[in-house]
Amino acid sequence: MSNTLFDKVWDSHVVRKIEGGPDVFFIDRHFIHEVTSPVAFLGLKTRGLKVLYPERTFATADHNTPTINQHLPVEDSLSANQLKALEDNSNEYGISHWGLGHQKNGIVHVVGPENGITFPGATIVCGDSHTSTHGAFGAIAFGIGTSEVEMVLSTQCIMQPKPKKMRININGTLGKAVTPKDVALFIISKLTTSGATGYFVEYAGDVFENMTMEGRMTVCNLSIEMGARGGMIAPDETTFAYLKGKPLSLKGDKWDEAVANWKTLKTDEGATFDKELTFNASDIEPMITYGTNPGMGMGISKHIPNAEAVEGGVATYKKSLEYMGYGENDSMIGKKVDYVFLGSCTNGRIEDFRAFASIIKGKKKADNITAWLVPGSHEVEALIKEEGILDIITEAGFVLRQPGCSACLAMNDDKVPAGKYAVSTSNRNFEGRQGPGSRTLLASPLVAAAAAVTGVVTDPRELL
Amino acid sequence: MAYDKFNILTSTAVPLPLENVDTDQIIPARFLKATERKGFGDNLFRDWRYNGDNSPKESFVLNNPIYSGKILVGGKNFGSGSSREHAAWAVYDYGFRCVVSSFFADIFRNNCLNVGVLPVQVSPEFAEQIFEEIYKDPNTEIEVNLSEQTITIKSTGVQESFEINSYKKENMLNGFDDIDYLQNIKGDIETFANGLLM
Repeated sequence: MSNTLFDKVWDSHVVRKIEGGPDVFFIDRHFIHEVTSPVAFLGLKTRGLKVLYPERTFATADHNTPTINQHLPVEDSLSANQLKALEDNSNEYGISHWGLGHQKNGIVHVVGPENGITFPGATIVCGDSHTSTHGAFGAIAFGIGTSEVEMVLSTQCIMQPKPKKMRININGTLGKAVTPKDVALFIISKLTTSGATGYFVEYAGDVFENMTMEGRMTVCNLSIEMGARGGMIAPDETTFAYLKGKPLSLKGDKWDEAVANWKTLKTDEGATFDKELTFNASDIEPMITYGTNPGMGMGISKHIPNAEAVEGGVATYKKSLEYMGYGENDSMIGKKVDYVFLGSCTNGRIEDFRAFASIIKGKKKADNITAWLVPGSHEVEALIKEEGILDIITEAGFVLRQPGCSACLAMNDDKVPAGKYAVSTSNRNFEGRQGPGSRTLLASPLVAAAAAVTGVVTDPRELL
Repeated sequence: MAYDKFNILTSTAVPLPLENVDTDQIIPARFLKATERKGFGDNLFRDWRYNGDNSPKESFVLNNPIYSGKILVGGKNFGSGSSREHAAWAVYDYGFRCVVSSFFADIFRNNCLNVGVLPVQVSPEFAEQIFEEIYKDPNTEIEVNLSEQTITIKSTGVQESFEINSYKKENMLNGFDDIDYLQNIKGDIETFANGLLM
């Protein structure tokens, strides 16, 4: 029988099927962070339950950590309290904990893969919707709520109905300055933010095959933004080469055995999907968003669509443009920018800093721009220094900050003020996402860099 | 966490006919810093509900005394975005027991079911009728019957049935949650885990 990659991984993790209900679904790897786990631990305590497999859960602090002066006590008492709760709970239940200041600390979806915790064919969850990132390795990975965090801690399982299957094929060659972020924003602009709700997506075609693991992570990370629970890419030699020798990857014969097994993880010829979509790589240009959800994106050279041309409610669309201070038919090129944010689980990896550096090298930060460059982890930070990127950044007048989620969701002090515009490499442009009243333009690290040195929205193709 | 049993809910409803209401609007990230589950209802729709100086925004529906009730009727694609269960807690803690929409985001729907808020997905036409009736008469009552899986606009008698899987339905009717179920099959889970390579 022909099976999809998704079927193979899903079906091999079903402990029990409930008639007319969800599957009892086994979780191989569980990540926790300070924001969505405290109430789950409280639940365990109230019920008197233990953590069933503490070695399958990994804790890292990221959501509300400061990105400067991490050696000092955290000033915000509520944030400090959550960080302390994560540490105390991890210690009490025997869970490995990479807290603030730990050399392995960083954004959960950056440190998981770079330490080899993520692996092909795994089932991975975290109380964070961007857990879909790990699908880049051929894993089924998705975000869960706090009640489910409690389920995984106490039983290593959650109750999940099996989603429907969608495949998105993109073949061809990507144009100049078109990055994995642009590919993802392009797909979301076509599907809208609810176009893949109820589905799990497999990305296929040579565009994804030719991507690095960092690029694949960016694409899978954004699966949730079109409503999909997650997205995945079949593991291949690129995947194995990335994972080989990572601190927690298997070693020796066990590694060889695992790779042999992972090579079977691909969609069989003749397997079917509930929905299949195909796009051409040559239709994608550097993207930018102009509205208040990630589906409101377009090629950077295009004009903002008329309300009548958009699917969905006209009132909602107009409210969105009004919030952004934009009009129908506006061109985005030349629009004023106040802040630039490079970072997040979407674009906080070494490749993203290389891309940013490729544009700003030899130029200067524009005077009107406040820039936050936030690496996804200490390991990314170390590579930035090792590869000489820090020198390029410093010479151009930028400052490198310390790892964390930072301005992506603005739980710490990295908040964009009301009314200001930020070109951001993160994942959501919702109203107030980067601070109350903030206005977000989602884009790639190249577009962010172009804005950072010119002070306005600029097509990066002109600077390369 | 245990919640009240749900069977038949008859209530007036609060209309919020916007599309793509995301979880950052339902509860902004800066209010996720608690280590206990309490007080989230106060910050439900915080930035739509209050000005920067914490004075209420009169134009927002939750500040309009004409509309009240235990049912929130939202536009299409309700609850998109983050996995924060705090969004479902905020909805519950504010006093809503049911959210009606023509389309729900996946994780939010799951979270609702886990905390005792019933997500009722209706046809776009039916959602439109509810909005119309509420705007005509804010005292319009909606009846949600979980056993029968029906939703009825009392004034017009117009009814639609809705889907919910039988396992979750049973849970909500009895106020059970998934942990109760999972605890009872721990032996199966351990046997399964012992057979895994990694």
